[in-house]
Amino acid sequence: MRVNLTVNGRPQQADDVWEGESLLYVLRERLGLPGSKNACEQGECGSCTVRLDGVPVCSCLVAAGQAEGREVVTVEGLADLAGRRAEGGELAPVQQAFIDAGAVQCGFCTPGLLVAADEMLERNPNPSDEDIREALSGNLCRCTGYEKIMDAVRLAAARQQEAV
Amino acid sequence: MDFLRPASWQEALAAKAEHPAAVPIAGGTDVMVEINFDHRRPEHLLDLNRIADLYEWEVGEESVRLGASVPYTQIMENLRAELPGLALASRTVASPQIRNRGGVGGNLGTASPAGDAHPALLAAGAEVEVESVRGSRRIPIDAFFTGVKRNALAADELIKWVHIAKADGPQQFSKVGTRNAMVIAVCAFGLALHPATRTVRTGIGSAAPTPVRAKAAEEFLNAALEEGGFWDNGRIVPPSVAAQFAQLCSGACNPIDDVRGTAGYRRHAVGVVARRTLAWTWESYRGARRVTEGAA
Ligand SMILES: Cc1cc2nc3c(=O)[nH]c(=O)nc-3n(C[C@H](O)[C@H](O)[C@H](O)COP(=O)(O)OP(=O)(O)OC[C@H]3O[C@@H](n4cnc5c(N)ncnc54)[C@H](O)[C@@H]3O)c2cc1C
Ligand code: FES
Ligand code: FES
Repeated sequence: MRVNLTVNGRPQQADDVWEGESLLYVLRERLGLPGSKNACEQGECGSCTVRLDGVPVCSCLVAAGQAEGREVVTVEGLADLAGRRAEGGELAPVQQAFIDAGAVQCGFCTPGLLVAADEMLERNPNPSDEDIREALSGNLCRCTGYEKIMDAVRLAAARQQEAV
Repeated sequence: MDFLRPASWQEALAAKAEHPAAVPIAGGTDVMVEINFDHRRPEHLLDLNRIADLYEWEVGEESVRLGASVPYTQIMENLRAELPGLALASRTVASPQIRNRGGVGGNLGTASPAGDAHPALLAAGAEVEVESVRGSRRIPIDAFFTGVKRNALAADELIKWVHIAKADGPQQFSKVGTRNAMVIAVCAFGLALHPATRTVRTGIGSAAPTPVRAKAAEEFLNAALEEGGFWDNGRIVPPSVAAQFAQLCSGACNPIDDVRGTAGYRRHAVGVVARRTLAWTWESYRGARRVTEGAA
């Protein structure tokens, strides 16, 4: 089947999509957007997190056909999205903060964490540690032990506050 | 495989009548796992995402009419006062990403003994409204679970609404697992006090082939509270009553040994959370009574 959707602000069309296929597969294998990662395909790890009509979801658990006509934002679109929120730059602030805080080791979990963290900061610009832990509780990281990730999100929040 | 995308409820019912083996997909958080792992290859997937009715809820006089697809996130954020037990249970489901997609209709569709909505629905009191081209009917929650991952739906029926009694007293939900996020319950327990009828209701998850109520425990506690005049005098529930209630809740279990825990552990843990949730709910009932009396 054919699926039409908007990805990172651009209308896209995927052809020959198998009916049981996930949105994650469509993004990675049909639309050339390998940023969203495939680690578990069962909703456990969050590395495939994207926004579907603004809401963070595991793209491995969305059937491709369910994304028809809807808007998807992936890690590849985060900088653009930040730009539209007038937080411009080559990278979204949360991406820059991950680099500055040393929150990236192998990097496999990073795209999902970035999408989840970015959405939380949009909703809740001044999060407590508890809020951050809760927002990222669906994202697993096997390398960092999470402390640097917490640092990165705190840093992004602090910079966001300064900018206001 | 065919992907059916009905735009309305009537179209969805027609599609289900035409293809009774079609698998409905709402949040997809159960269905997609099965498809990704090749455990299921239905001939038809019936997408319910475009049916706006299923994402709505309405707070009535006595109950809340909850659309089958309303995601857990919405329940937690919007229905905490009306459905405290279900809101607490929703908060323990998986992760934000899963709670943004999954809902009670899918939980009932899967009808897993570990489904977290079930103990809360059993304790609050609920009816599942299902419909087919033949008409609609309401299934009491007590009659909904018919076996391990089996429910009372006919092949051509879809779940439309879940009618859940609005809380008339304190409710609690407690889930035992290895960590806070992303945990399938080792066991779970829901308790609702119903001061209006001077009754209590319970729901037990993951400790029997289906979610169950601990009816003997409820009857015992109802009688003990009545006899002691506790609903009126608001005194603390005596430890011996709480202990007996806990023991009867353990006795309502019919658990198995599995990777998450042994049968013995489950029985014990259900007793512990039964006693705790009784203490919590009774304490807030007494607190609320004091406030009302103070104001009077
Ligand atoms: C990582 C992960 C963690 C999880 N953790 C938990 C947890 O902690 N607690 C818990 O309870 N569950 C958990 N689940 C299971 C799942 O999220 C829940 O069962 C959820 O409620 C399913 O809702 P859904 O809308 O995604 O269902 P779907 O996957 O869309 O559907 C589930 C079943 O219900 C049927 N169905 C859906 N809607 C209808 C309808 N309107 N009428 C008739 N049938 C229908 C489908 O055909 C299917 O059989 C978890 C799942 C994952 C992937
Ligand atoms: S790949 Fe989707 S949650 Fe792990
Ligand atoms: S950096 Fe390797 S999994 Fe997180």
